[in-house]
Amino acid sequence: MIGYVIRRLLLAIPTLLAMLTMVFILVRLVPGDAAVAMLGDRASAQTLQNLRAQLGLDQPITVQYVRFITDMLSGDFGRSMTSGRTVLEEVALVLPYTLELALAAMLIGTLLGIPLGVVAAVRRNRWPDYVSRVLSLVGLSFPGFVSGILMLLAFAVWLQWLPVMSRASSDPLSHLRSLALPALNLGLIMTAYIARVTRSSMLDVLGEDYIRTARAKGVRPSKLVMRHALGNALIPIVTVVGLYFGTLIGNSVLTEIVFTRPGLGKLILGALQSRDYTLLQGLMVVFATFVILVNTATDLIYALVDPRVSYAQ
Amino acid sequence: MTDFAISQSMPARQSSPVLKALRRNRFAWIGIGLLAMIVLVAIFAPLIAPYDPLKQNILHRLSPPSADFWFGTDSYGRDVLSRLLYGARISLSIGFLSVLIAMVVGSALGILAGYIGGVFDQIVMGIVDVMLSFPTLLLGLMVAAMLGASFENLIIAIAITETAPFARVARAPTIAMKRRDFVEAGKSLGYTPVHIMRVHILPNILSDIVVVASLWMASAIRTEASLAFIGLGVLPPTATWGGMIREGFENILSAWWLVVFPSLAILLTVLALNILGDALRDAIDPKTRSQG
Repeated sequence: MIGYVIRRLLLAIPTLLAMLTMVFILVRLVPGDAAVAMLGDRASAQTLQNLRAQLGLDQPITVQYVRFITDMLSGDFGRSMTSGRTVLEEVALVLPYTLELALAAMLIGTLLGIPLGVVAAVRRNRWPDYVSRVLSLVGLSFPGFVSGILMLLAFAVWLQWLPVMSRASSDPLSHLRSLALPALNLGLIMTAYIARVTRSSMLDVLGEDYIRTARAKGVRPSKLVMRHALGNALIPIVTVVGLYFGTLIGNSVLTEIVFTRPGLGKLILGALQSRDYTLLQGLMVVFATFVILVNTATDLIYALVDPRVSYAQ
Repeated sequence: MTDFAISQSMPARQSSPVLKALRRNRFAWIGIGLLAMIVLVAIFAPLIAPYDPLKQNILHRLSPPSADFWFGTDSYGRDVLSRLLYGARISLSIGFLSVLIAMVVGSALGILAGYIGGVFDQIVMGIVDVMLSFPTLLLGLMVAAMLGASFENLIIAIAITETAPFARVARAPTIAMKRRDFVEAGKSLGYTPVHIMRVHILPNILSDIVVVASLWMASAIRTEASLAFIGLGVLPPTATWGGMIREGFENILSAWWLVVFPSLAILLTVLALNILGDALRDAIDPKTRSQG
C-alpha cells in the first residue's frame, strides 16, 4: 500500500517536468518575443535590450530552459512585471476568494447533484429521470459566463434580490449575499455534472448481482438504494468530481469576471490586459501543478476507498 | 480472394444498428434538427440577415426589440439579429475546424501509440496526460494570449486543448484491435503497418471518435465564446457571439437584449451538439442500446 502511494507520487514528477517544458515552449511562441509583446513595437532598442536581459531572453535557449526548470522546481515562479510581487504572493492575495467560491460551488453541486442523480437512476426512463437528464444536459451546455450573466440579469437587475457587484464585506450576511449568485452559478453547473455521473454510476451498480440478491432477501428499497447501491456508486463519483477540478477553476475564472469578484479570474484578466507574461507564465505553472496534485490525490483516494484497486502494480 | 477472406473475418461495421438506434432516439432528432437549423442559418446568413451586421446607425442606438429590429440594436446602432446570424459563421467554423484538426492529429497519435506501443506509446501518452492536466479554458487562454487573437490562432489554440482526448479515445481500441485475428492476418499477408492502421483499424474505431468529436465540438464552441468574452476573440467589428456578450455586458443594466440573445444562441448550439453526442454515444454503446 505504501509502495503504491510512493509509486503514484513519483509518477507525478515526470508529469510536472513535461508540463513545465510545455509552458516554456508556449511562452516562446509569442510572435517576436515576450519583450516586444510587453513593450510594444515602438519601444527603443535599448529598452527592449534591457528587458530581454532582465527576463534572461538574451541567453542561449538551453541556458534559459535549465534556468526556467530549476527556478520553477525551487518554487520560484517569477515576479509580476506590473506589481513587482512574486507570482505566489499574487496568488496568495486572491486565492481565498476563489477557494471560497469553489468550495461553496462544490457544496451546492454535491447536495443537489447526488440526490438528483440517484432519483434519476432509480426512476429510470420515467419522468423524474427525464427531468433530471434534461436539466443536467442544459446545465452542462452553459458556458460559465453565459449562465452567470443570465442569473445576474434575473436576480440582481430584474428582481433586485441580490447585489450586482460582489464585494468582500466584513458583515457576514452581506458577505453571504454577495457570494450567493456566483456560488449558485458555479454550483448549478456542477450539479448538472454530478447528477449525470451519479446517474450512470448508480445504474451500473443497480445492475449488479449483489443488489438483486439483496432485493430478493427483502432489503427495504430505501436502504437498498442508500446503503448498498450509493455506497459503491460513490467511488467513481469521487474520482470524477476530482477530475472536474480543472474545469471548475476555468469556470470560476469566468464567474469572477462576470460578477466583478476578486480572485484568480481577475488576476489572469489583469495579467492578460497588461501583457504581464511572467505573471501569466507563473499562473499557468501554479494552476497546472495544482491540477496535477489534485489528480494524484484523487487517484490515491480512489485506491484507499476501493478495495478492488490492486496496489501490486 | 485474400481481401475477401480478410473482410470476412473483420467485424461487421457497426453503422446499421447504430443508425437504427439513432432513428429510435427522439432526443437525437431534436439535436439533429436544431443543429441543421443553425448550420443553415450560418450558411445563408447574407440572405436572411435583415441588415448589414457592421452598419452603424447612431439614430437607432440601443433600441429595444421592435418590429424593425427584432432583437434590438447595440450601442453603435447595429442590428443584433443580423450580427447573431453572422456570428453563427464564426462560432461554427472555429468549432468545426479546431475539432477537425484535433481529431485528425489526436486520433493519428492515439492509433500510432497503440499500434507501435513501447517507449513511443509511453512518451505520447505522457504528453497527453500533461495536456489533460491543463484546464481547457486556461490552456486555450494561454495559447491565444501568446499567439495573439485571430481567427486562425483561435482555431490552433482550441485544437491544441482538444487533441489529447482524441489520442486517449483512439489508443485503447487500437490496442484491443491489434490482437484481433484480422489484423494478424493482414500482417502475415505482408500489408504495411500504415495500411493496417488505415484500412483495418481506423474504420473500426471511427464511431468512437465521432462521438467524441461531437461532444468536443460543443466544448470548442463554448471555449471560443468564453475566450471572446474575456477579450481574446476574433477582433471587432467582426460579429462573434462571445464578443457581442462582452460588448453588451457594459450596458447590461439598460439593454438586456444585447446579452440575452447571443447567450441563447450559444446555449442552443452547444445544447444541440451535446444532445447529438449523447444520442450517438447511447447508440454506439451496446449496453444502453439493448435497454433502449
